[in-house]
Amino acid sequence: MSRGTLYDKVWDHHKVTTLPNGQDQLFVGLHLIHEVTSPQAFGMLQERDMEVARPDLTHATVDHIVPTSDQSRPYGDDAAEEMMAELEENAREAGIQFSDPTTGDQGIVHVIGPEQGLTQPGKTIVCGDSHTSTHGAFGALAFGIGTSQIRDVLATQTIAMEKQDVRKIEVNGELGDGVEAKDVILEIIRRLGTEGGVGYVYEYAGEAIEDLDMEGRMSICNMSIEGGARAGYVNPDETTFEWLEQTDYFQENPEEFEELKPYWESIQSDDDAEYDDVVTIDAAELEPVVTWGTTPGQGVGVTEPIPAPEDLADDKQETARRAQEHMRVEPGDTMEGYDIDVAFLGSCTNARLPDLRRAARIVKGREVHEDVRAMVVPGSQRVQRAAEEEGLADVFREAGFDWRNAGCSMCLGMNEDQLEGDEACASSSNRNFVGRQGSKDGRTVLMNPRMVAAAAINGEVTDVRDVKEVTEV
Amino acid sequence: MSGTEDIPAVDYVSGSGVPIRGNDIDTDQVIPARFMKVVTFDGLGEFAFFDQRFDDEDNEKDHPMNEERFQDANVMVVNNNFGCGSSREHAPQALMRWGIDAFIGESFAEIFAGNCLALGMPTVTADHETIAELQDWIDEHPDGEIDIDVEAETVTYGDTTIDVEVDDGQRKALVDGIWDTTALMKSNEQAIQETADALPYV
Repeated sequence: MSRGTLYDKVWDHHKVTTLPNGQDQLFVGLHLIHEVTSPQAFGMLQERDMEVARPDLTHATVDHIVPTSDQSRPYGDDAAEEMMAELEENAREAGIQFSDPTTGDQGIVHVIGPEQGLTQPGKTIVCGDSHTSTHGAFGALAFGIGTSQIRDVLATQTIAMEKQDVRKIEVNGELGDGVEAKDVILEIIRRLGTEGGVGYVYEYAGEAIEDLDMEGRMSICNMSIEGGARAGYVNPDETTFEWLEQTDYFQENPEEFEELKPYWESIQSDDDAEYDDVVTIDAAELEPVVTWGTTPGQGVGVTEPIPAPEDLADDKQETARRAQEHMRVEPGDTMEGYDIDVAFLGSCTNARLPDLRRAARIVKGREVHEDVRAMVVPGSQRVQRAAEEEGLADVFREAGFDWRNAGCSMCLGMNEDQLEGDEACASSSNRNFVGRQGSKDGRTVLMNPRMVAAAAINGEVTDVRDVKEVTEV
Repeated sequence: MSGTEDIPAVDYVSGSGVPIRGNDIDTDQVIPARFMKVVTFDGLGEFAFFDQRFDDEDNEKDHPMNEERFQDANVMVVNNNFGCGSSREHAPQALMRWGIDAFIGESFAEIFAGNCLALGMPTVTADHETIAELQDWIDEHPDGEIDIDVEAETVTYGDTTIDVEVDDGQRKALVDGIWDTTALMKSNEQAIQETADALPYV
């Protein structure tokens, strides 16, 4: 078992007791809820005649089903309206703060938590959404839970969990030009497999991780779950503290910033911490990674040949064959040049302000390819406003992108933003599962946001390192 | 069946099987997101594996869950990393409502297994060869009984008994009937308060 890691320390701070089934009961510092996975949990609570224990530590937003075009109420989609109304009622009755679209603070749950300063180092954070791992970027212990567990958290502000092993993933050295956080995590998943992290929590470390801004760290922690790890984290450092100091919460409570900082420093992994496994990656070896298949582990450097199924491990071959048939790719080809019909710049992985800034530098002065429909869906209303104020929205619009309102959108196709037929999509999201983006014949190619921008312009997967970008937008 | 309060112990699951072959079957396949635009889990059963079972015109495709012989199955036998992807409890809920009570597989994604446990559904594991043999046996014996002994960690079918693994916590929770932890955790109110009080940020 690991010892002296951030995971061990945060766990110990939050452990209430060991339950008779052997699991630990952990206190939950922040419970984020949204409209898709919470209504049934509120229903279960009602059936058991229980109340929400800590509405003050619970925060709601609407993201999965929210329309990203016309948001006037009632929503055009009756089912979406019903889910929204249900969440409004549940939040109101329990006294839970709700960042709904009228507040100007609405957005994808994993974007708004950090930007409001709710996400902090050393907290335990849960949400009925597997990408809750995102919040680990701040040194929080954050993981996705199912609806029955949401019920537990609503009722008790605690959760039953078994402690897991800790794998340290050290990304040493510097990333090359044009290589981003997204490429790092796609590479990690490609190397360790989509199930490689089952039973582990990932600690991301090394110079290449330390050099990333908070948004980059969020992109990496976000996709821990795609590698099978329920949680991933980065030790908090000066980059983390500077970011936190600018958030609402600490702007309003500056004295708390000073009070909490020693706690944040105390939960960093010790220099002599013991890990259950250590993996090292040389950052300089990486190039932009894109997926060729239908799991996030089926990735390849943009200039590298797509592998032949028979060259993969035995248990990966059949999945690879089916994936290549679905994606219509051939072993030996590269993904560079793969025709694209749709470009989606959005999701909890890559729809924060720096993501949009980087993509805009590729887009500026160019036009979206005539065969491509391209859209930008900002991660939150705040990101949207900031991007509009600094002119990014105009850059995208002038190039022919559809500039939409905040939400999960085409990452999972629960609102009107969906692939049609067998469209191929260059996507900055996190999952390329068959059917994920709303059409069961749709083809998703995961990549970093600048690569999405380049694909939108060229109508095909493009090595963004070959694209000249403007330095100022 | 014993257990605490109203929670039944799940020490044993018996019934016929249905093989669902393939690695990395994700929860978007188990229940596509468009069927999650609901505020209850009722009625999700008919949408389980919908896009694998039906074509664009809602005609049935080749899929074990469409086969008459597997309609009464309550044990699903799967391969590696089953239930990966989204945390949606809608996935095990849909399968449960279709009729599944337990899973036997090579491995399960963690959140999926946790969701199953919260519903009292075992997720027991064995190696690739063992699972493949069981899947083949089910094809030949669609009505054949499969007995999962959760406590003994065995599965018996035909004349064969195989050793399977059940995660320690899961086994204890199922066998002792403490897999629904809400009331249990609620009873620790004072300890919860003490833990919260000791945290600098609460």
